[in-house]
Amino acid sequence: MSGAAFETIASLVRTRAGIVLGADKAYMLDTRLGGLMRELSLASLDALAAKLRAPGSERLAAAVTEALTTNESFFFRDGKPFEHLKRVLPRIAAARGPAQKLRIFSAACSTGQEAYSIAMVAEQLGLLPRLEVLGTDLSQEVVRRAREGVYSQFEVQRGLPVQMLVKHFKQEAGQWRVSPALRAGVRFETGNLLADLRHLGNFDVIFCRNVLIYFDAPTKSRVLSALADRLAPDGVLYLGGAETVLGLTERFTIIEGERGVYAPVVRMAAAG
Amino acid sequence: MLDCLVVDDSRTVRRAARRMLEARGFAVREAEDGQQALDACRAALPKLVLLDWNMPVMDGITFLRHARKEFGPDEPQIMLCTTESDFSRIVTALESGAQEYIMKPFDDEILAGKLEVLGLLPDEAA
Repeated sequence: MSGAAFETIASLVRTRAGIVLGADKAYMLDTRLGGLMRELSLASLDALAAKLRAPGSERLAAAVTEALTTNESFFFRDGKPFEHLKRVLPRIAAARGPAQKLRIFSAACSTGQEAYSIAMVAEQLGLLPRLEVLGTDLSQEVVRRAREGVYSQFEVQRGLPVQMLVKHFKQEAGQWRVSPALRAGVRFETGNLLADLRHLGNFDVIFCRNVLIYFDAPTKSRVLSALADRLAPDGVLYLGGAETVLGLTERFTIIEGERGVYAPVVRMAAAG
Repeated sequence: MLDCLVVDDSRTVRRAARRMLEARGFAVREAEDGQQALDACRAALPKLVLLDWNMPVMDGITFLRHARKEFGPDEPQIMLCTTESDFSRIVTALESGAQEYIMKPFDDEILAGKLEVLGLLPDEAA
């Protein structure tokens, strides 16, 4: 692959998804884009890049971005945020009116495992009827899969306790389908975290884990600020264990004793 | 040190499971069927039993019922690891006292996730 081809593809995913693709990641382009290239009978990444530079390449650009978006996900990933949620959600629920929905945002939701894990926690707490989880992702394909709520035998074994499997899933021809009760509390949409998020409304809890790692510092700051705008003053933000807000924003503060758990810094109203 | 008894009539599966468990710091013993597993438990009760379902001499579910009667409901922790993947089989195993269930084929990531669910993985964050 020529340097120009790499630059074309890297600049595309940077503009569309905010993802910074360093030269050390060039090796992954072949793997990730191989299927797409075969589908289009393109012999090389140079040929793909040339097609992307040609006019009328909007659909191809979307497909390339989608193929390069990391979609790894599993149920109850990293465990601890869900244990924390189990402790914090009753407090938030009590602070709201009994009829008020508990709105949780699963940012870059991938195939939906995080959103459904949140719903399982709410069910344990008896709060499922009040739950409204919104999952968004850049990729239409993963959003379609998330909505469908059907997982392979491999997927339902990655992190999901077997009691939860038996309780919340139905077996269908070797696959496992999420129960209608859980699905009723969860909704998925395609969406870009770099776009205006105001139309999503406000949230009591935001999960944005292992997403910021793909962005450069200014983009991280921008996304964190947009999330702060959407989070309730007594809400909680969960980031990935390897992510931080330090040096990126002053609108969140880490919750002592926790890793990757942040509270919004409530700004005083201007005097006058 | 945490110890695990791997019960499977396939030598290949026992070796693969042993490798994955030892890499996570477990001391591993092996048994080829339910009867051997019962004898091993009587000699020294392990923390965890990784248990195949279909085996000669004594199958996994029979071992499970014997073990719960003889050693009680909590110890050892028993995790089925079997090609039996039907919903009703999983329910039977849970009702018979299994704590977890792996449907074969499995890999290190699945095993690690299940060990975490059982509280048998060291806390990497600590």
